[in-house]
Amino acid sequence: MRKPRISLLRASWLVLRKDWMIEWRTRARLTALIFFSLSTLLLFSFAMGPDIEALRRHAPGYLWLALLFASVLSLGESFRVESENQALTGLVVTPVEPRAIFLGKVFGNASLLFGLSLVLLPVAVALYDIDLSRAPLTLLLVLFLGSVGISAPGIVYSAISANARARDVMLPLLLFPVLVPLLLAAVSATRFTLVPDAQDQLPGWLKLLTAFDLIYLSVGFLLFPKVAEED
Amino acid sequence: MASWIPLAGLIVLVALVIAQLAVPSSRAWVWKVAAGLGTLELAALLYFGLVWAPPEAFMSDVGRILYVHVPHVWACLVAFTINVACAIAYLMKKSWRTDALAEASAEIGVYFGAIGVLMGSIWARPTWGVWWDWDPRLISTTVMLLAYVGYLAFRSFTEDPERRAAWSAAAAILGYVSLPIVWFSVRWWNSLHQVQSTGSTVDKPMRAVLYWGNVTFLTFLLAFIIKRYELARARQSSALELPPVQAPKTEVAV
Amino acid sequence: MLSPQPAIQLDDVSKRFGSRWAVARLSYSLPAGRSLLLTGHNGSGKTTLLRMISTATFPTAGHIKIFGAETREKREELRHDVALLSHASFLYEDLTAAQNLTLVAEFLGLDQRKELVASLLERIGLTSRADSPVRQFSAGMRKRLTIARLLMKAPKLALFDEPFGELDPAGILQMENLLRELQAAGTTIVLATHLVEQGQALTQERLHLDQGRRENP
Repeated sequence: MRKPRISLLRASWLVLRKDWMIEWRTRARLTALIFFSLSTLLLFSFAMGPDIEALRRHAPGYLWLALLFASVLSLGESFRVESENQALTGLVVTPVEPRAIFLGKVFGNASLLFGLSLVLLPVAVALYDIDLSRAPLTLLLVLFLGSVGISAPGIVYSAISANARARDVMLPLLLFPVLVPLLLAAVSATRFTLVPDAQDQLPGWLKLLTAFDLIYLSVGFLLFPKVAEED
Repeated sequence: MASWIPLAGLIVLVALVIAQLAVPSSRAWVWKVAAGLGTLELAALLYFGLVWAPPEAFMSDVGRILYVHVPHVWACLVAFTINVACAIAYLMKKSWRTDALAEASAEIGVYFGAIGVLMGSIWARPTWGVWWDWDPRLISTTVMLLAYVGYLAFRSFTEDPERRAAWSAAAAILGYVSLPIVWFSVRWWNSLHQVQSTGSTVDKPMRAVLYWGNVTFLTFLLAFIIKRYELARARQSSALELPPVQAPKTEVAV
Repeated sequence: MLSPQPAIQLDDVSKRFGSRWAVARLSYSLPAGRSLLLTGHNGSGKTTLLRMISTATFPTAGHIKIFGAETREKREELRHDVALLSHASFLYEDLTAAQNLTLVAEFLGLDQRKELVASLLERIGLTSRADSPVRQFSAGMRKRLTIARLLMKAPKLALFDEPFGELDPAGILQMENLLRELQAAGTTIVLATHLVEQGQALTQERLHLDQGRRENP
């Protein structure tokens, strides 16, 4: 063709950067999201009462549930921005490869969740008395893999539910069942970065997390063009 | 019950499926035959399961619920597998038949799955002492069931037939992919935490009855899916007909 | 001079939305080098037809060929050559005017983006508002920005859906000049508008739609 083409990777990067720019320009919404997750953490500790042993034991679960609830909001927001002024259609006919939109938006949303988890960690230390010093780097890896794992199927579901009626209910209804194994793996992996890992279970859960990410990244990569195009 | 009897039932069932798919003229009666056959098989299953089979060694009479519980879950999984095959087929080549079959199999699958999980829970109460447990089969069936309830809700909330077909196909594939991952992760979680084994070493006569149950409910599955598919096609046909070609009186001269 | 392929060829095209047909069994051929005026009441299928021609969506039945290329099969290539000015602006409300334009330039792989964006903003008279988010813009300003977005692409076929709406008289004049300039530069124009007289002055062919069908005006 007579016009220059940009590579898939470059296009994905541009989509990702665009999402970051929008995130930055709407940081009031971002702040609201952070406080929403913080109050979720707080509510869990109120619901459990002052039993610090129980809180410490269940801290990984609370952390991931808080992230999961926040992800529903951030995923919904991610496509509200795209459906306003039909911007997604605009991207597709620009043209931007739908697969690049998928990759860009997955990692845009994942980086948001990852950042959010970094904010939640110190609060979890304060509320649940957990010890982060045991394997901090592995913990970061778990948080990152988990964030990608929520976002990969989440972006596809968010794209299809953005145009359905009752979209606020549709997204979690579709997304949560699929995330059951991810939640299980992420919570278990997080736990073994916080407490002694006597049976050496951590590597197994990390592998499961990675496998989940890779599977859903590839399936989403293949499916997204069918979802984004009004074929 | 001799072990060849379920096999014979299975062969009849496969023959019915082939007739339905390959011989268009048979489509008027296949579902009737399947429904009638299923009823007879169910009557036989009641006898074999409640009277003929000896009580289960560990669970006594409670174990008999397995003869209907397991087949329901099987029928559910078969239905969901048909659904996801249709989803893939639809995305590769648009066809309203595959979309109708996807809709039919998902709905029937949710029916069988819901009954199956409910019975599994009833069985778990006297056997494990709890209504609910971390059994990989129970969890993965339930997760699938939830995913497909979402799928059906999504379908009913999306009006445009083309988008509904394409988008629900994507949702189905994402949901189905989770099945092996859920299974694996729960089993693993279990093995690490050493919860009780699911302990269902089924004896030989019992296995034959179980297989007979499978054949029975798969036959019902066939009848239900055909009927539901016809319903979906009938609903489609009004929406999918092209508008009439322009009437000649509006001939345009530019 | 004229290329043998018609610019737009509609071949028994139908498009359904939900249970109604927005475009029904429409056949039409626009010769290369000619521009088209598309008229019809609200809801007559103009917008849907333009969206199909722009490959934003595709026919339920029938085929559309642009310069001989079928839209479904050649969508990737066609999207570089066809641009749509639609009711929906395709703009990101939370980004600034300059950011919106720069983004498109980057996706198109264009060079010297800063200069290009600056000159386009100058041309549409929005230089002073370059760094304001689109959310603060009036309808007319959005329209101008959308035009700049379209010009960025230098399309062979430009589709305009109600381009005069929301513009002030000066803006309408500018738009008319722009359409003439584009045509002079060899761009095929499809213009959907209720302002029939202005439209006819700018185009050579006319297609009138009624309930998704071709009718006499």
